[in-house]
Amino acid sequence: MTRTTATGSIALAVVLLFTLGTLAAVFWRAEGLSGFGTADWAALRFSVVQATLSATLSILFAVPLARAIARRRFRGRGLLILLLGAPFILPTIVAVFGLISVFGRSGIVSDLLRLVGLEPISIYGFHGVVLAHVFFNLPLATRLVLQGWLAIPSERFRLAASLGFGPRDIARTLERPMLREVLPGTFLVIFLLCLTSFAVALALGGGPKATTIELAIYQAFNLEFDLGKAALLALVQFALGLAVALVALKVALPSGIGAGLDRSVTRWDAQTQMLRAVDAALISAATVFLVLPMAMIALDGVPRLFSLPASIWWATLRSLGVALASVLVTLALGFPIAALAVKRRGRLVEGIGSITLAASPLVIGTGLFVILFPLTDPFALALPVTALVNAVMSLPFALRALVPALGQIEADYGRLADGLGMTGMARFRHLWLPRLRRPLGFTMGLSAALSMGDLGVIALFAAPDAPTLPLQIYRLMAAYRMPDAAGGALILLASSLALFWLFDRGGRADADA
Amino acid sequence: MKATIIAAGLATLASAASAQDTLTVYTYDSFVTEWGPGPIIKENFEAQCDCTLDLVAVGDGAELLSRLQLEGDRTEADIVLGIDENLSAAARDSAMFALHGVDSPDLSMPVEWANDMFLPFDWGYFAFVYDKTRVENPPQSFEELADSDLKIVIQDPRSSTPGLGLLLWVKAVYGEEAGAYWERLADNIVTVTKGWSEAYGMFLEGEADMVLSYTTSPAYHLLAEGDDTKAAIAFEEGNYMQIEVAGKVATTDVPELADQFLDFMLTDGFQSAIPETNWMYPAHTPQEGLPEGFESVVPEKALIYFGTEARDIREVALEEWRAALSQ
Repeated sequence: MTRTTATGSIALAVVLLFTLGTLAAVFWRAEGLSGFGTADWAALRFSVVQATLSATLSILFAVPLARAIARRRFRGRGLLILLLGAPFILPTIVAVFGLISVFGRSGIVSDLLRLVGLEPISIYGFHGVVLAHVFFNLPLATRLVLQGWLAIPSERFRLAASLGFGPRDIARTLERPMLREVLPGTFLVIFLLCLTSFAVALALGGGPKATTIELAIYQAFNLEFDLGKAALLALVQFALGLAVALVALKVALPSGIGAGLDRSVTRWDAQTQMLRAVDAALISAATVFLVLPMAMIALDGVPRLFSLPASIWWATLRSLGVALASVLVTLALGFPIAALAVKRRGRLVEGIGSITLAASPLVIGTGLFVILFPLTDPFALALPVTALVNAVMSLPFALRALVPALGQIEADYGRLADGLGMTGMARFRHLWLPRLRRPLGFTMGLSAALSMGDLGVIALFAAPDAPTLPLQIYRLMAAYRMPDAAGGALILLASSLALFWLFDRGGRADADA
Repeated sequence: MKATIIAAGLATLASAASAQDTLTVYTYDSFVTEWGPGPIIKENFEAQCDCTLDLVAVGDGAELLSRLQLEGDRTEADIVLGIDENLSAAARDSAMFALHGVDSPDLSMPVEWANDMFLPFDWGYFAFVYDKTRVENPPQSFEELADSDLKIVIQDPRSSTPGLGLLLWVKAVYGEEAGAYWERLADNIVTVTKGWSEAYGMFLEGEADMVLSYTTSPAYHLLAEGDDTKAAIAFEEGNYMQIEVAGKVATTDVPELADQFLDFMLTDGFQSAIPETNWMYPAHTPQEGLPEGFESVVPEKALIYFGTEARDIREVALEEWRAALSQ
């Protein structure tokens, strides 16, 4: 067994322990299985339909948006790319309030409509759920697709220009093959994120019509203490995710565009007035849609920002620590799995690595608790466990960014490196690391920010005197202190973005070149 | 010689440790925060018990019990504090609690207390809360509410104890007709949230005219923010109660200390902290009485299903609710 196979297998085993292992632990602790009721089937149907639609729409909007950003240079471009990272790292409850202040019954849009004598809009219902999920995931999709665009070597565009290619020819020869590689994985990640959505779907769905499987799992755990049912529901959700993963990764094809010399991209094909106007409109519309809710969150938080209780700042430090630890673990798991996936060319490895998103956070938390409780005091492990779970949860994003990039490197330079006898650490340091800067920065930034904002399992393990920032925000809300909670949300938004910016800077610097 | 000195020293250490018994109390998250009753209660109890009181936050009210059941007999918990009476039947069925042994607890509640396993530490009335500057003629009954075009935000009974409270409230008022009532109410409901915080936050943001909360909620705005624009409504049909209870875990290794805590729970050292930290009525009114705003709305009729009754009704009511609001 080679080193790649060994390390990759160990990393995969860790992922499986956190997903299937925790599920098995809950099954083992359950005292029998109970079947599916009508309500559960309805929840399953709703989950699948909204997740499919949300993922499809996110991608439909993301492709033209990413193309516009990829081929235009404008002031604030770097900032926009940075802000694209923001929505889906927000804790759901914070993001929901941002959306409501724009699209709600008393939000900006309704106020404007009333001014001109029209009926206010309603965000509540199936469309609200999809709107929220697109708000969360359109930016993510755009970032992932943008990575694909930026990975097309500038020499290809140069060649295309000298051959007199128009936008249509470029789309056919360069862009579509790239999309064929990037989109299925992007769809998968977003589908899974939406599949396990719970609080957002409920709050904006307008009622029990918008029940997802995750809510049914919560109910089975906490209202009925029916572990068997919770585990069964989680298993169904998991199997569904796995099936979609296998299809998505089967559809994806390596693009095989070939290597370039890393020169900056100039797009001679897209200089017409018409295309400029379309891109400008797209970028402006997306900016308003994504930035407005975040601006409202920030605005809400300002009044109390400097009079917040000290505990908020301690919670912030704690969350930063968790986030940094989580970045390290993400890399430690992500690299070996990506290397193995590239080496094997099999989609199964990447599929397993991506499947963590289909696992129910409630089941992971409970399963870990069942495993850890006989061994040690789970409360004492609250922060390490949170960092670990966050890392496993951000692994799919890491793989989305790392696997295609690493595959490209190996396709372009693998034989050369083999010929030079460059293996192990030498290959890692001199071939992979320099060429992986962009996806790596993105991965680390995303992992850090996700970990910052995630509430996932911390609630189950929370040590009473050591809350993380998201937990502290929830606690403030539960104590009627909504203005303080808004202040906390602003800190969370700012620190997540700062982390994301720090790590992602390398990647963005390249993008501007 | 040296060895005996060391041994004596160790013995002193050991006895010092045993004198400091620890009482572990599992409770819900908002109880232990710096704004909750936790810190005051810890200080007051430790001042009289020669022990350490370890308050452990375990998610929210519903998660409390499932956590205890997950831990089973190996649990460190000596007391579980914060179970909703509506869920206490499941707690009793878990066979993890001992009887409290208090003969006739001195309680200030509008209903009789006959539970030999759990003791209440606070209670409240569920009520719709509105903003006086926006709603001029608030509905005085469920009937008026359904007939009005006011918009409300409520919580999901499957994930929130206030949501469960409203479910049982409607059932207590309408009985067989509860499903039909929910259908009539459907067009008033803006949305159903996972928990109280989301719903209350939405109400404060102006997303709805009214929110399901407690009769004591306006007191928070009055006392903590000097804002008297919020008000709660006592419905003509009566208001459903939430009673929060505590129980002694059967496997406790410090049973006397646990008993001592349950006794302490109904004294002023505990009860005085409740109104202005938990924003609920104390189960036993402390000597100094209730703060301003706590008696401005007093429902004429207190509704509640106890333990097993609540459990039996819940399943049917939940299905009616789901069916009515899923159309």
